[in-house]
Amino acid sequence: MSQAPLQKLKERFPDAVTETYAGKGGDAVALVKKESVAEVCRFLKDDPDLAFDMAPYITAADYMGSEPRFDLVYQMYSTKKNHRIRLRVGVPEGDPVVASVTSIWKGADWYERYCWDMYGIRFAGHPDPRRLYMYEEFVGHPLRKDYSLRGRQPLMAERTVDEPFRGPGPTGG
Amino acid sequence: MAKDTDNLLVVPAAPAESPLDAPFPSKRMLVNLGPSHPAMHGTVRAVVELDGETIHGMKLDIGFLHRGFEKSCENVTWTQVFPYTDRLNYVSSIMNNVGYAMAVEKLCDLEVPERAQYLRVLTSELHRMCDHLTLVSAMGLELGAMTVLIYGMEARDLIWDRLTELCGARLTSNYARVGGVSRDMPEGWGEKVERTLERTAEMVDEIDRLLTRNRIVIDRCRGTGVISRADAIDYGFTGPCLRASGEPYDVRKATPYLVYDRLDFDIPVGTNGDNFDRYLMRMEELKQSDRIVRQCLAQMQPGAIASDDPRFVLPPKPEVYGSIEGAMAHFKIIMEGIKVPPGEAYACVEAANGELGFYAVSDGSGRPYKLGVRAPGWNMLMALPQIMEGRMLADLIPTFDTVNMIGGEVEQ
Repeated sequence: MSQAPLQKLKERFPDAVTETYAGKGGDAVALVKKESVAEVCRFLKDDPDLAFDMAPYITAADYMGSEPRFDLVYQMYSTKKNHRIRLRVGVPEGDPVVASVTSIWKGADWYERYCWDMYGIRFAGHPDPRRLYMYEEFVGHPLRKDYSLRGRQPLMAERTVDEPFRGPGPTGG
Repeated sequence: MAKDTDNLLVVPAAPAESPLDAPFPSKRMLVNLGPSHPAMHGTVRAVVELDGETIHGMKLDIGFLHRGFEKSCENVTWTQVFPYTDRLNYVSSIMNNVGYAMAVEKLCDLEVPERAQYLRVLTSELHRMCDHLTLVSAMGLELGAMTVLIYGMEARDLIWDRLTELCGARLTSNYARVGGVSRDMPEGWGEKVERTLERTAEMVDEIDRLLTRNRIVIDRCRGTGVISRADAIDYGFTGPCLRASGEPYDVRKATPYLVYDRLDFDIPVGTNGDNFDRYLMRMEELKQSDRIVRQCLAQMQPGAIASDDPRFVLPPKPEVYGSIEGAMAHFKIIMEGIKVPPGEAYACVEAANGELGFYAVSDGSGRPYKLGVRAPGWNMLMALPQIMEGRMLADLIPTFDTVNMIGGEVEQ
């Protein structure tokens, strides 16, 4: 995969882009400072040589125990230039707020809500910052590594099944 | 002469004070569609603000089918993730298997034998046909043409019968493996597939005759659910929905993977970005997938169906039972999982609805540290409130059909 977008990005933002490297399979990856996400994304979309016009896939990863704890990942694609780039943004646990990119790509909306829901990363300037999958009463963020695998939080009490071969229905006569 | 006929067409306006002219008093009301509604695929709740029959606002509430796909995957070995990926897009599971396998192989830097690549493409395309047949027949059903559903289901089940012979299950195929595929074609399977394709093509022609020039279908689909090319890209549309808006992006052509660069097929591109174009994309892709499957069957050569790298692939059974090294390699892969080298990778395939991407992170242990899924339906569903703004409530039904939201992958 082409590394040209990385070079251009590095030249334009020598401070905000802390590191660039060719990842597995030659993926173009750039590490970006949290404060400059919106600025870098705006440039990536508007610059005619980069033209990352398609809404990125945004996800996060929780590297519990290392600092910064969270890693926000923007996987981008340009339909005009047919190239891809991946931004990785370190987000510390103490200040998990990142500028929203919904004003740059409308398609970032649900992905940012997903990152809030699952990892507890907030997006400043998001128009509708609700949870995406879980309900509002839900406590915690399930994809954090310190959230228990069996951490069930039912809204209504779950029915107990006495006879496992019959299921929870009425027992009949 | 012309002037006279013009006058004839003018309808005299009724006097404004006639009681028949009284405006119909309407107030805006909220209607709750779903989560369980016959016209909502899966369980999605849409809250719609209506003025008469016009939609003035809409919010989607998803997550009823959320079952913690990523959390589950982080707690099983890399190989045990395959059955979970089946349940993402359950209509075309092999494409999910292949996408996930490619992400892991990218991390492992693993080459897949040629025959396995052909088998992956062949089965993916068969499943693409299943997916499109499901969409077209469900759309027919919901627009009142139930016959179409019967034809579509017959064709789809014929293909599923072939896939059952190959991998043992109709829906949850669990076919791909890291480094290859799980089984080779049974004896005489290729000819059976060709016969199935012929029957499917007849069914598709039948559906084509029933729907494509059908007045009702055209009236309900032409010009409804329109999204422009720029908006579609901005929302991250991929697959047939993006191509219906005029953008020819297809992962199979943009960054060819597996053996797609050796196959001759076309990518249909629409112009209007409405429901009818999205439907036409599916009908044409059905024919293109047919071409791809036939070419795969013709080009395939006998050979290995999985890599022989002992770090990632189970050893052949005679070795497991006949040598201590084989037994130990088998035991370690089963019990501890494949030791995928640390790192992160993103791999994507063209699934039936668009770009299906997997973002995998490995910490070097036998389990995925993180497995993110870029489900194609996500972006299309997200754009639905904007598409429907100011449109009729009845237009929501065909639009919901053609964006083809699959609860399994969108809600994970």
